[in-house]
Amino acid sequence: MLTIDSLSNQIAGKAILKGLSLTINPGEIHAIMGPNGAGKSTLAYTLGGRPGYEVTGGTVDFDGQDLLALEPHERAAAGLFLGFQYPVEIPGVSFVQFLREAANAQRKNRGEAPLSGGEFLKLAREKAALLRMDMDMLKRPVNVGFSGGEKKRAEMVQMGILDPKLAILDETDSGLDIDALRICGEGINAIMRKPDKAVLLITHYQRLLDYVKPDFVHVLAGGRIIKTGGPELALQLENEGYEAVAA
Amino acid sequence: MTALDFPTRKDEAFRYADLAALAPLWPVPVEPIRVAAGSSAALTVIADDATHAVARDLELTIEAGASFDLHLLNVAGAYGRLSVRAVLGEGARFHLGAAQLAGGDQTVEIVTEVVHTAPDATSRQVVRSVLAGHATGNYLGRVTVDRGAIGTDGEQSVRAMLLDRTATANARPELEIYADDVKCAHGCAVGELSAEGLFYLASRGVPPAQAKKLMLQAFLAEAFVGAADGDALNAASLAALEALL
Repeated sequence: MLTIDSLSNQIAGKAILKGLSLTINPGEIHAIMGPNGAGKSTLAYTLGGRPGYEVTGGTVDFDGQDLLALEPHERAAAGLFLGFQYPVEIPGVSFVQFLREAANAQRKNRGEAPLSGGEFLKLAREKAALLRMDMDMLKRPVNVGFSGGEKKRAEMVQMGILDPKLAILDETDSGLDIDALRICGEGINAIMRKPDKAVLLITHYQRLLDYVKPDFVHVLAGGRIIKTGGPELALQLENEGYEAVAA
Repeated sequence: MTALDFPTRKDEAFRYADLAALAPLWPVPVEPIRVAAGSSAALTVIADDATHAVARDLELTIEAGASFDLHLLNVAGAYGRLSVRAVLGEGARFHLGAAQLAGGDQTVEIVTEVVHTAPDATSRQVVRSVLAGHATGNYLGRVTVDRGAIGTDGEQSVRAMLLDRTATANARPELEIYADDVKCAHGCAVGELSAEGLFYLASRGVPPAQAKKLMLQAFLAEAFVGAADGDALNAASLAALEALL
């Protein structure tokens, strides 16, 4: 589904990713762990197409398409979802309005008929319930006045509504209390744990992986993946630290 | 200068005006509006003439205990100047919600003077501008609090969004206070659309032009919160916005 080959990039002239390679197949859940400054969020933003994240080498194939040639909104329409570590507040624009436009823009891009208002609200209600989020919250401006945990749950509701093929979730577990962590974990499983979908989880901690069991765990350091293993690698990292494992 | 003298750039209220466009309209007739003591009234002015310059000059007298809601949408194609002078009596309430949009080399401006003549009057001004191309958008707003007008509560919230670095916003909120025990606040900001916000919307599949439109629509709608004509104002500002993008 996703093949990253020797990806390098720079931000404001500073090299961050230095020849990163990673392959994700349908049905797989991958976790990327690594110390602060390793390039984890940079990887997420680069795959999402954030302006300023300049690719200097390598290729990314997403379901037969050259991902790097697509604009950010085209990447979303192609089936990529980026869960933000710090979801952005958009004053005055409601979740419902924005997500309906987003869903229908994606459908248009794929040559599908738009969802009617009724169809969209039914879908939104269903996904909000899955994440135990009050539907009234989705009538409020995007992320404005939401707590850290509410923002992350709202990200998962968006993922449920947009129904991507591949979700890249950047520290979805940060800022969550124990209950919210479990709810988000269960949400990820319900929405994305399917034979035709895949997930790339970026996290610092083992705790999210208790709920969302990864098939592969990678250690990212110095802009490339330096070690790959199974779920046991996350436990080893938790016990021994990055330095010991990376050595 | 007397009312009939054609202004020059040295006249503060005309410092950024498009005087060439204004000349054929001069003198601009003053439109007096009196809101009788204790009563309420509202007015919506939409200046949307696509080809001709528009200049209006409203003179409001809001008597004791009266309340007036004024909403302005300034999208005149050639030149748009909406000038408002409001004189507030004791305990009067004046609310202005105004938006203006311009592109090309248009100039649009909103010029206000609010005079608190007696105690306990309230004035609120919310002005939002969206400017593209080489357009110029001005807000000149003076709030005067006369001697004895204690308990005055005046607020100006002025924000302009530049869609291109070649556009210009002039914003000058001004306070002249001759009384103690008053509350006057002004906030003023000129900026660009948040790149972070645009990327967030794009990452969900919203194309860039649509994302800009969503954010700007919300920005302009702040001027029309609570307006009786809110739907008409939002529809007209959306049409102007679509023409701009």
